[in-house]
Amino acid sequence: MRKLIFGLFIAFLPALGLAAGPTVPLDSFESDHADKASLQRGAALFTNYCMGCHSMEYARYKRVSDDLDIPAELYEENLIFTGAKIGELMKNSMNKGMAADWFGAPPPDLTLETRLRGEAWVYSYLRGFYKDESRPLGVNNVVFPAVGMPHVMVGMQGLCAVEPNIGTPASVEPLSGNINNADVCPEYAIEGSMSGAEFDQAMYDLTNFMSYMGDPIKLERERLGIFVLIFVAIFFVFAYLLNREYWKDVH
Amino acid sequence: MSKLLHWVDERLPVIEAWNKHLGKYYAPKNFNIWYFFGSLAMLVLVNQLVTGIWLTMSYNPSAEGAFASVEYIMRDVEWGWLLRYLHSTGASAFFVVVYLHMFRGLMYGSYQKPRELIWIFGMLIYLVLMAEAFMGYLLPWGQMSYWGAQVIVNLFGAIPVIGEDLSLWIRGDYLISGITLNRFFALHVVALPIVLLGLVVLHILALHEVGSNNPDGIDIKKNKDENGVPKDGIPFHPYYTVHDLMGVGVFFFIFFIVVFFFPEGGGLFIEKPNFEPANPLKTPDHIAPVWYFTPFYAMLRAVTIDLFGLDAKFWGVVVMGAAIAILFVLPWLDKSPVRSMRYKGWLSRIALAIFAVSFVILGYLGLVPATEGRTMVAQILTVLYFLYFILMPFYTRMEKTKPVPERVTG
Repeated sequence: MRKLIFGLFIAFLPALGLAAGPTVPLDSFESDHADKASLQRGAALFTNYCMGCHSMEYARYKRVSDDLDIPAELYEENLIFTGAKIGELMKNSMNKGMAADWFGAPPPDLTLETRLRGEAWVYSYLRGFYKDESRPLGVNNVVFPAVGMPHVMVGMQGLCAVEPNIGTPASVEPLSGNINNADVCPEYAIEGSMSGAEFDQAMYDLTNFMSYMGDPIKLERERLGIFVLIFVAIFFVFAYLLNREYWKDVH
Repeated sequence: MSKLLHWVDERLPVIEAWNKHLGKYYAPKNFNIWYFFGSLAMLVLVNQLVTGIWLTMSYNPSAEGAFASVEYIMRDVEWGWLLRYLHSTGASAFFVVVYLHMFRGLMYGSYQKPRELIWIFGMLIYLVLMAEAFMGYLLPWGQMSYWGAQVIVNLFGAIPVIGEDLSLWIRGDYLISGITLNRFFALHVVALPIVLLGLVVLHILALHEVGSNNPDGIDIKKNKDENGVPKDGIPFHPYYTVHDLMGVGVFFFIFFIVVFFFPEGGGLFIEKPNFEPANPLKTPDHIAPVWYFTPFYAMLRAVTIDLFGLDAKFWGVVVMGAAIAILFVLPWLDKSPVRSMRYKGWLSRIALAIFAVSFVILGYLGLVPATEGRTMVAQILTVLYFLYFILMPFYTRMEKTKPVPERVTG
């Protein structure tokens, strides 16, 4: 059904692909807001690794706790570090002015990041860090060159010694059976606690969570949408029959 | 009930009004699919008014609070997301149906005598609608809201002598700021909707005075039966009310697919940069107006020559203004003895086809960044756009028309 609708939409609006920005090849990403386990893991990752610097100030903790089936007490105990109440907005305590001095620009709010830059961009960016001694923090990013952000997840991923292969999905060589690009990083300068595949999964969860945060009503909206369309279709049948009845005597 | 009706009718001519505009308003019986879009425009107008009123209840028209209040509507207000998507999708849907409605008019000569005033009121509606959409687009206070408004308001600055002061007066500041947001809000939710509603009333009153045109472009009032009812006419109610109900069904089906499954319209209805709050210090890489303005934006950018000591930008604004202004005089450019494209000659048909294709391609060009090649294409298409109007008095007179039948042809 979704596929069909999407196909129709594409047919009606051929000019859709235009909005693409600068052409950095990205890894594809498909979010799944129904995968609560993934979203919960993503929420934990976001809170632990991102929220120190990045707020999600348009969203409330309570909504996340409700939507992701995380009990309020557990959430307050483990996923709120600022002493905020669960009904409050997801802000942090970083001073924007000082942050601008530290990083060159204050870390942006991330509530709508996936809708601003796209899910594929965020997923690729998170896995795009590599060692670059010419940068102030010793790291650079293939998706966002000269970014001011340090590689926060270095403990998990490790530090890639060369530019990671973003935008070239893993492929099996037909003759030898070797797998190419199974790991985005071909060579590590520092080993991390996770394997390449584990880190990809973790970043999938994190991006999935950010995608949910950008559009928290998506699942419910699409569920309702089906019923609305069914209703309109039935309405049309009656309107059609009514019209036919009246127009019988027009010649 | 009938007693109450009688009581009211003695004091206010409700029965007369009902008959004049619905019950005994005789519309040609041969309306085709192109005749749905007028009533659909009314439907979208109602949608915009109702959802707009409810959005206003939670929206905060200040530079500090606007962006956050839109997200508040999207996340914390009960059904706020639906109201907002109905409103944002409705804006685009409005232009879709209005463009199709206008194209219908071009095709069947609905602007010709005696319907010149209907056409002019319609054009005024289109003009106010563009102003309404432009000002509404600033309200979410995203990056594209801000920079789009910046670019458009700066256009007034291209006018010689008074330009700079004029754009300063419109903004109320040296750059788009909170004061601009507040005045755009006032105009968007109060002033322009009142004007719009007034014009819609005039549009319909003028239409009901002379009667509807039809795909054959025949005057159905010439052929009346013994009761003075046009032989090819049927009462608008119930025939066209039930007929339009079907159109509403089809329209809603497509409309709700967008609202519920693709509310951003692939970045066309809600542009991606608008998910970032307005930042006067950071210009987006590529500023594009929303799709319904892009044909005119492409024409603006197509003008690259300085003339008579005046900047190309000024002439771009002149061309853009002229592209809209020339539509107003259309009823006096068409010299054809027939109304409908069905009976006009092949010159008129080719001219209309070229015009429509030019308009659509210009719309595409206004959406994408300009390159040398694209600018050249836009220049050619802009010339074609104007030639459709400028040459109209000649080709409509020159060509051989087909004989128009006495009665409508189904």
